[in-house]
Amino acid sequence: MTSVLYDAPGARAKVRNVGYTVLFVAVLALVAWWVYDGLNSKGQLDWAKWEPFFTSSQPYTAYLWPGLQNTLIAATLSLVIALPLGAVFGIARLSDHRWVRAVAGTVVEFFRAIPVLILMLFANQAYSDFTDISSDVRPLYAVVTGLVLYNASVLAEIVRAGIQSLPRGQTDAAKAIGMRKGQTMRYVLLPQSVTAMLPAIVSQMVVIVKDTALGGAMLSFSELLSSVRPMSANYGANTIASFTVVAVIFVALNFALTSAAGWLERKLRRGKKSTGAVVHAGPGGGLEAVKAPGGGVSTRGDFTSGAGGG
Amino acid sequence: MFDFLDMDALLGAFWVTVKLTVYSAIGSLIWGTLLAGMRVSPVPLMRVVGTAYVNVVRNIPLTVVILFTSLGLYSTLGVALGGADFEAINFRLAVLGLIAYTAAFVCEALRSGINTVPVGQAEAARALGLSFGQVLTLIVLPQAFRSVVNPLANVLIALTKNTTVASVIGVAEAAYLMKGWIETYAALIPIAAVFAFGFICLTLPTGLVLGWVSRKVAVKR
Repeated sequence: MTSVLYDAPGARAKVRNVGYTVLFVAVLALVAWWVYDGLNSKGQLDWAKWEPFFTSSQPYTAYLWPGLQNTLIAATLSLVIALPLGAVFGIARLSDHRWVRAVAGTVVEFFRAIPVLILMLFANQAYSDFTDISSDVRPLYAVVTGLVLYNASVLAEIVRAGIQSLPRGQTDAAKAIGMRKGQTMRYVLLPQSVTAMLPAIVSQMVVIVKDTALGGAMLSFSELLSSVRPMSANYGANTIASFTVVAVIFVALNFALTSAAGWLERKLRRGKKSTGAVVHAGPGGGLEAVKAPGGGVSTRGDFTSGAGGG
Repeated sequence: MFDFLDMDALLGAFWVTVKLTVYSAIGSLIWGTLLAGMRVSPVPLMRVVGTAYVNVVRNIPLTVVILFTSLGLYSTLGVALGGADFEAINFRLAVLGLIAYTAAFVCEALRSGINTVPVGQAEAARALGLSFGQVLTLIVLPQAFRSVVNPLANVLIALTKNTTVASVIGVAEAAYLMKGWIETYAALIPIAAVFAFGFICLTLPTGLVLGWVSRKVAVKR
C-alpha cells in the first residue's frame, strides 16, 4: 500500500518489514507471557473461576442481563430527552437575535466545561433534597439527569454543525420563495441536515453508554459494571473473569454502535437525497462538517471541549 | 452560605486534579504516539495490534478501566506500582488507567493529523529525491503537527474532566471532595457552583488558548 509516509515496498523494504515483524512478535510474546504468568501465579486462570460463564446461564440471568438492561434504559432515556433539548439549543445558537445566541451559547459552553460526574452528583443530591423520589429509583434519575445536561449541550453543537453544513443556497432559495425564518428552518434546513447529523448522534450514543457506568460506581446505580462485585463474591473471587466478561459486553455493544455510525456515514456520503455533507465527530470529540467529495474544503469547528467522557 | 468553604481542602483537591491531568497527559502522549506509529507503520502486524488496542480500549468505559486497576490489578494481582501508602497507590493506579484509556484517543488524533497531509506532498518530496527521514521531518510531520493541535486540545480537555473518575477508587480529587461536602453540609447549590467554577477555570482557558493556537498554525489549504 502507498501512504503519505512510504511507497509500496520494494525487495529490500519487504525483507526489512519481515525483520520488524519478527522483532514485534518477540515483544508481543514477552508481554503475553508476563500477563499469563501474573494471572496464573494468582490462580486467576483456574477453570473454576471461569466456568460459571461457560457452563451455566446463572451469571447472565441473575447479574449481567439485569445490569445491561439498566445500562440500556438509562442510555436510551438520556438520548431521547437530550436530543430535542439539544436541537432547541443548537437552533438557538444560530438565531438572528444576539441575546438568544448569547444565552444559548453560555448555557451550552457551561455544561460542556463541567465533568459529567459532577453533574450526576449534583442531580443525585438535588433529587434527595428537593423532591420525594424514592431512594431506589433516585440513582437512575440522577444518572439520566447528569447525562441529559451534558449530552444536550454536545448534541446542540452537532445540530449546529449539521445545519451549517448545508449550502447557503438552501436558505437563499427558501427566502426567495417567501418563507419565513421558522418555515425555512422547519421545512428546508432541519429535514436536510438530519441526515448529516445521524452518524454523529449514533457516535454520541457510545459516549452515553460509557458514562452510565459512572452511576454504577458512584451512585450505586445497578447497571452492568456494578454486577462485577456480586459476581466475584458469588463465584469465588473471580474478579479478573468478571471484569473481562463485563468489558467484552461493553466493547461488543459500543463496537456495534460505532460500526452503525460508520455505515450510516458511508451510506449518506453516497446518497442522492442529501448534500453529501456529514457531521463527523473527530477524535477527542471535536466536530467537523465534512463536505461532499469535491465539495471544497472541510470546515473545522473550534470547540472548547471534547467528549469521550468516562 | 459559604461557611463550608475550606479553601485549603478545596485547593488541595484541585491540585490533585491538576497533577492527575499533567501526569496522564504526558504518559498518554508518549503511549499514544507509539500507538499512532504502530497504526501508520508499513508492518501489517503492527497495524493490526495498534488498531485492535484502540478499538477495544475506546469502547470500554473509563470507569471500568479505573475500577479494574484497583480491584483487578491491585487487590487481586498485587500490582502496587511502587506506591508506599494507600493514597499513593490509588493515585498511581488512577494515572495508569487514565493513560491506558486516553492514549487511544491521542493515537486517533495524531493519526488524523497525518492523514490530513495530501499524498501528493510526499510524492512530490520523493520525486525530488528526498530520503524517508527527510520526507518525514521536513514535509509530513511539520504539516501534521499543525493540524493536530485542535484534536489534541479536545483530548486534553476531555482528560481534565475524566480525572474525576479517579474518585471511584478513592483518589481525593475535586469530585471526591464535592461528594463529601454535599453529604456533610446542607448547601448544595453553593457547593456545586464552587466546583463548577473550578472546572470552568481549568477547561475554558485551555480551550480558548489552544483554539487560538490551532487557528494560528493551521495549514491553509
